[in-house]
Amino acid sequence: MRTILFILRKEFLQIFRNKAMIPIIFFMPVFQLLILSNAATYEIKNIRFSVVDLDQSRFSRELVSKFTSTGYFILTENSFSVSEAEEGFRKNTSKLVLNIPQDFEKNYRKNGKAELQAVINAEDGSAAGIIYNYTSNIIQQFASGVVTEWTGLPEAEKSPVINISYSNWFNPELDYKTYMVPGILVALVSMVGVFLSGMNIVKEKEIGTIEQLNVTPIKKGQFIIGKLMPFWIIGIFELAFGMTLGFFIFSVPMLGSPFLILIVAGIYLLVILGMGLFISTFTNTQQQAMFIAWFFFVIFMLMGGIFTPIESMPDWAQTMTLFNPIAHFSRAMRMIMLKGSGLQDILKTLYILGAYAVVMLTFAVIRYRKVEG
Amino acid sequence: MEDNKIIYAENLTKKFGNFTAVNSISFSVNKGEIFGFLGANGAGKTTAIRMLCGLSTPTSGKATVAGFDVFKQTENIKKNIGYMSQKFSLYEDLTVKENIVFYGGIYGLSNKEIKEKTDYLVDILKIGDARNKLIKSLPLGWKQKLAFSVSILHNPKIVFLDEPTGGVDPVTRRQFWNMIYDAASKGVTVFVTTHYMDEAEYCNRVSIMADGVIAAMDTPSKLKESYNVKTMHDVFVKIAR
Repeated sequence: MRTILFILRKEFLQIFRNKAMIPIIFFMPVFQLLILSNAATYEIKNIRFSVVDLDQSRFSRELVSKFTSTGYFILTENSFSVSEAEEGFRKNTSKLVLNIPQDFEKNYRKNGKAELQAVINAEDGSAAGIIYNYTSNIIQQFASGVVTEWTGLPEAEKSPVINISYSNWFNPELDYKTYMVPGILVALVSMVGVFLSGMNIVKEKEIGTIEQLNVTPIKKGQFIIGKLMPFWIIGIFELAFGMTLGFFIFSVPMLGSPFLILIVAGIYLLVILGMGLFISTFTNTQQQAMFIAWFFFVIFMLMGGIFTPIESMPDWAQTMTLFNPIAHFSRAMRMIMLKGSGLQDILKTLYILGAYAVVMLTFAVIRYRKVEG
Repeated sequence: MEDNKIIYAENLTKKFGNFTAVNSISFSVNKGEIFGFLGANGAGKTTAIRMLCGLSTPTSGKATVAGFDVFKQTENIKKNIGYMSQKFSLYEDLTVKENIVFYGGIYGLSNKEIKEKTDYLVDILKIGDARNKLIKSLPLGWKQKLAFSVSILHNPKIVFLDEPTGGVDPVTRRQFWNMIYDAASKGVTVFVTTHYMDEAEYCNRVSIMADGVIAAMDTPSKLKESYNVKTMHDVFVKIAR
């Protein structure tokens, strides 16, 4: 026990003597929360679009002004050639081309039916989906407005319509920050865990002091606890600090118990620290450790439901998330923060993370050797 | 095995794949002796030392250090030895005092002992003002002397020194060897590797390794006699070439 205290003391002295450490611990959460939570949003504004209006009627002009008056669309080009308008896709000056054919208004008056074409640049699939939704909404509204005008009946009586009223639970204003902040906190804790812990041990290999430690009577368990505990403490502190910022600055709700989150995080950190330790057992330089940690981190992050919903992934990818600790932690985090879930609700997640922690740490401890073969 | 033999090796071998780094070496070191372990670069010295310190498991043969087996009792060996490697063994980003406290602590010294040792070392190494300075700010000679002092902080029975004076000026090397003599006079067995042949003359006995085997082993004077040369330098050149 006393040995562990000496190791801890040494580690903390070294960590805080490292000039990069204080900024990492205090500024990283502030920056990530400020920038990412404001930048990562699914709402798209200022969509640039071009129009090919071959009809040049009152109808077509009204339709175009419907688009521009929403505030979401900016008209960048009016042309008479579809291919010219589509050139805008290649130059990246427009995301949507609206083709209004000749006799658009005439056809409608004659047949009660008219066609137009919307071409969407779908390089970015999710952005294209959003543009599609906006576009069809606007056209729908425009069409019903036209019907009202011609029949003289109020909109509602035009035809039987089922009105769906939505109510968004747990995030009533669909505020993206509410969704993002817990995710960013998860990313933050993971980074502290995987990178700092693995790099720390590999650094001792690089400078050669690990040899000196291996020749002392320090026990494997003492060494590992002494090495991992500082980052466990820093990770928990980082999370508590981030949650406080999120609560007071971004007014992210905290419906559940923050202590429950810290308990989940405590177990999650064991998984992540075990991973860092494991990586450090088969790498010899900080560079190698960094690359391997980064490889896993990117996969876990992108497939962990932090930025994109897991439900939108293909089945095989959803199955893979079962093995992704970040997915479990971020789900539990959102459940507790946004829904007020209690211990009972997240018990399963706790068990899974606990099992991973045991497996990961066992692997790491077996792999870590004081004596080489 | 006699009690007097604190290190005892018989046919000790280490292979890395097809390469035999240490090929069936046998030797023993007596208690309180200063034993010079010489050899050209790549002769297998460091590998041999690492086996004796319990850092690397031998492929075959047998050896005991301070009475403990190098295969099964490495943790017991570690309690009884000090080790100073070619690389720096002190933490450059910790101060002199912090390094002493750390190593003292993990060897199980009491707080009182640690404090006494710190004061003692600061005194004899004449680094009074530097006790709160970071190791990286100290000159190399000081670092090496301090590293040696730290490696015998816990009064080990044996201390292994792997090229402790590499890159150090002659005056400091002389001081370093005075420290080695001082430790030996207190009963610590010193097992030292070096490339400086003047240092080999200071040893009670030396062995010279070449290509993984011990090519010669005796006192410096007897070696010079049997090879019919005047200096250890010439002995070394004859054998290692």
